[in-house]
Amino acid sequence: MKSKLGFKHGLRDGVPIGLGYLSVSFGFGIMAVGEGLSVLNATILSLFNLTSAGQVAGLSIIASGGTYAEMALAQLVINMRYALMSLSLSQKLDKSFTLFHRFTTSFGITDEIFAVAAGKPCNISRSYMYGLMLMPIIGWTGGTFLGAAAGEILPEAVKNALGLAIYGMFIAIVIPPAKKNSGVLTVAATAIVLSCILYYVPLFDNISSGFSVIICAVAASVLGAVVFPVPSSDEEESE
Amino acid sequence: MSGNIFIYIAVMALTTYLIRMLPTVLFRKKITSKFVKSFLFYVPYAVLGAMTVPSVFYSTGNVMTAAAGFIVAVILAFREKSLLTVAIAACAAAFAVSMIC
Repeated sequence: MKSKLGFKHGLRDGVPIGLGYLSVSFGFGIMAVGEGLSVLNATILSLFNLTSAGQVAGLSIIASGGTYAEMALAQLVINMRYALMSLSLSQKLDKSFTLFHRFTTSFGITDEIFAVAAGKPCNISRSYMYGLMLMPIIGWTGGTFLGAAAGEILPEAVKNALGLAIYGMFIAIVIPPAKKNSGVLTVAATAIVLSCILYYVPLFDNISSGFSVIICAVAASVLGAVVFPVPSSDEEESE
Repeated sequence: MSGNIFIYIAVMALTTYLIRMLPTVLFRKKITSKFVKSFLFYVPYAVLGAMTVPSVFYSTGNVMTAAAGFIVAVILAFREKSLLTVAIAACAAAFAVSMIC
């Protein structure tokens, strides 16, 4: 199957991610201003980082006057999952990805962009990837700006409900393939159980949320790879 | 704030970018190991599963409204509705329950 997905298709796939980011980053904008950042600082921070958990942690380090080394280490631990995603995605990129385009598109690797790109049944082109990145970048940066500039206006109940948007998206990405593929179902369920153990068992209290995601993801994915190895490349990657 | 805000942002952005960029630039060959390929295939589902539960239940500041949104999201996702539909319906359900409670 060589169905070529172009810029427009990517753009369309990116709209729900962009809207989800808009609502989530709105909250981040409110938070950033609350920690003493200017509207401009908050907006630049979101534009250049494009990540949720890392930015929230970064904000608290900035607010508490942490060192630059602490900042780098925190980002490394929390965002290490992107290295796994980047590696995984590198296997799906078609020949249009020259080195230059790998440098530019890798900026757009987030949980959701990755999940959508990885979920495509065919290899992906660079135009598709640029299309897919655009709305999320606009949504994330724009939402931060709006939240920082105008957060006070929205009623509390609306702000709270918007906190669910990003998780609704996660759920919509995982459940359809989990229905059809027992490997995906087992891996997702294992990761959830591990994540609950790390969250609720007091022994693991000092494991950060970023590191917890790494532990759960690696353990569950290893289990999946051992028990439900993916059928050989020709059938599976459908390229 | 004791450091320079722009240096903080630059350190954050550079670290995060390197994490994203290095693997895709360094690994340009197709991986042939069945184990590694399978592992990488499962990573996104594991990451999203771990990031969603239990955090989703604390995302609205009220476990009841979050649970309502979660249940609606699961049902709609099971029916294979689009990402946007599921996300909006989950927020709407949480909002509706917060109005009742």
